[in-house]
Amino acid sequence: MKKIFLIGWKDLVLAFRDRAGLILMLLAPFALTLGLGFVTGGFTQSNSTGLSSVPVALVNLDEGELGKGLVDLFSSTELAGLVEPESYPDPAAARLLVDKDAVAAAVIIPAGFSASVIPDASGGVSAPVSIELYTSPSRPNSAGIIQSIVTRYLNRVEMGRIGGQVTVGQLVASGRIQPQLAAEVGAEIGKKQAQNEEAFTSIRLKGEEGEATPQFNILAYMAPGMALMFLMFTVSNGGRTLLVEKTQGTLPRLLIAPVTSSQVLLGKMFGIFLTGTAQVLILIMASTIIFSLKWGNPLAVLLLVLAAVTGAVGWGMLLTALVKTPGQASSIGTAVMLTFGILGGSFFDITMMPRWMQAASRITPNSWGIDGFTALAAGGGVASILPDIAGLLVMGAALFGISLVLFKRRGVLQG
Amino acid sequence: MAAILEVHQLVKKYGEKTAVNEISFEILESEIFSLLGPNGAGKTTTISVLSTLLAPTAGDAVIGGHSVIKEPMAVRRLIGVVPQDIALYEELTARENLSFWGQMYNLSGKELNTRIDQVLEQVGLSSHAKERIRTFSGGMKRRVNIGVGLLHKPRLLFMDEPTVGIDPQSRRAILDSVKELNRNGMTVLYTTHYMEEAQELSHRVGIIDHGDLIALGTQAELTSQVGEYESLQLELGEMDDAVGLAETLRKVEGVAQANVVDHNVILVTTSTEKVLAPAVSCATERNIKIHSVTIQEPNLEAVFLHLTGRALRD
Repeated sequence: MKKIFLIGWKDLVLAFRDRAGLILMLLAPFALTLGLGFVTGGFTQSNSTGLSSVPVALVNLDEGELGKGLVDLFSSTELAGLVEPESYPDPAAARLLVDKDAVAAAVIIPAGFSASVIPDASGGVSAPVSIELYTSPSRPNSAGIIQSIVTRYLNRVEMGRIGGQVTVGQLVASGRIQPQLAAEVGAEIGKKQAQNEEAFTSIRLKGEEGEATPQFNILAYMAPGMALMFLMFTVSNGGRTLLVEKTQGTLPRLLIAPVTSSQVLLGKMFGIFLTGTAQVLILIMASTIIFSLKWGNPLAVLLLVLAAVTGAVGWGMLLTALVKTPGQASSIGTAVMLTFGILGGSFFDITMMPRWMQAASRITPNSWGIDGFTALAAGGGVASILPDIAGLLVMGAALFGISLVLFKRRGVLQG
Repeated sequence: MAAILEVHQLVKKYGEKTAVNEISFEILESEIFSLLGPNGAGKTTTISVLSTLLAPTAGDAVIGGHSVIKEPMAVRRLIGVVPQDIALYEELTARENLSFWGQMYNLSGKELNTRIDQVLEQVGLSSHAKERIRTFSGGMKRRVNIGVGLLHKPRLLFMDEPTVGIDPQSRRAILDSVKELNRNGMTVLYTTHYMEEAQELSHRVGIIDHGDLIALGTQAELTSQVGEYESLQLELGEMDDAVGLAETLRKVEGVAQANVVDHNVILVTTSTEKVLAPAVSCATERNIKIHSVTIQEPNLEAVFLHLTGRALRD
């Protein structure tokens, strides 16, 4: 075990003493993130999302306060930089706009929405209705933003409804209002809640205060994308060092020391793992300090980094097992890095691509990693990234197993 | 004296090509044994098999009572290897390299540090301990390369052409250090294609060519194979027809062999006095100017020439 650690630590030291390697490991992803941040407006205003405004069609068939409240929310200053709402009278027309990709989503508020929530004078509510969210499959991120706004609003309405019931119940129980006035007071509370943003805040006293829709920052997507893409460089370069050591004679020298070939291989893997982990953690820390980027729950981020590096190391080992020379490892490694960068979503949202391409992207650590980092940046915890972690670990283990077979078959660990 | 290494009918093939062909020899404790042969003779392959890097195709070797096939780890603990190429990490310092390799040989703590200091002193690089290998000259790298092989005080040290490509001063230092190590009791298997090195260092020599061990013994035993033969070396100009002259001289009485090495014609003869005059005469007839004439007593070069018809540098 000690020798495995020593071989790995030696490789980590060598990686960080290689100036050219450091440029590609750390400076390049940082510079690309910085450049893309400027290009996409990630550094313009503090409240900017870096995305152009999301066009959304609103159809309000509700005659009550809640429907109006949702339309007002989309037009509020809070969302001014994020969405570009347009009202339409006809649901079919709104859906057509989505089909034509003219808008990212259509929000159709049905008639009777308010009445289904706010009790009438008799204390009753009408049958439940559903707000229809009709989204464009070609704009998943934009659709996701609209969905989160609507969901947030509905959550507030629901909380307001429950809060209203509790409030009225307490007023009746304390004798401050007569039971026969309960329905009227309840309706009034409901209306005020629909009209007044502050009212939501007062209702959210039950442990909900302060919870806000996470701000979507384009850098939160780009920085992990670049980090993961250049992680692939690090692992392919790490695998290349095995072949370099073979040609330079240090690998044969290791293999005639009292060290088993398994220890050498695991040591090399451990070195790549350490280097990759150090690289991604440095990039995360640097982007946190310089870009004020919020990566999310630190423990979850660390777990995801370790899993992503495991998956990437698997690819690095497979690549090393398949090529014959350090030169081949460099050129194929670069090709794999770029291909995985594109396929895995490091440059653009892969969900905009055809389904087969989305499926293919799952062979890349980039795809799983970006999914996980995006979830964490959006406020998710460890539980939200468990599928990503599992996917990456399975990927790493499977690729390592295949690599081992290839190493043995090709006699890479022989003189 | 007991044998520390016994090689039995060792064969190593790469596909159809036989690199080492049924060689057998032994090395005694505290002996310097040289494997002498031209490039491609099978020296490095032999060392690779003996050091457990390559598995033999047939045969076996036993080092300190352990088979290289059955007990490779036990063998590795007994041997030190100085490979032909510099096998060091260029971006680590000399001390870091020695520390890493020492730990691979199970040294640690105070013992490791003490051995690193001793080895650095031994190879004359104590003052360069904290400098990266990348900044070293070829000779300095060679010395660290040797130092790595000595760290764990091996019973048997394999040195595979350790003086290739270095300046005469460093070469001298390495040869002296090999002799010093041997004086302190270390057994050395030394491979070289330099006849002078084998002559200077070795108690016994094995001559290897095309994978075959063609001669084995002390220098006296080997040169006696050449018997009364001496060699006469005629140095010609670059443009002169050395091959044509050698062909002519083969017909001269008393010339056993006439070979061309670089721009030299080397004659193996029983009487240099008898063939010198006809040789000069033949050269003159062909308008060839002889720049120098060197007469050599029987040596390992002559032995190799005698056995193979080729010079060691061919």
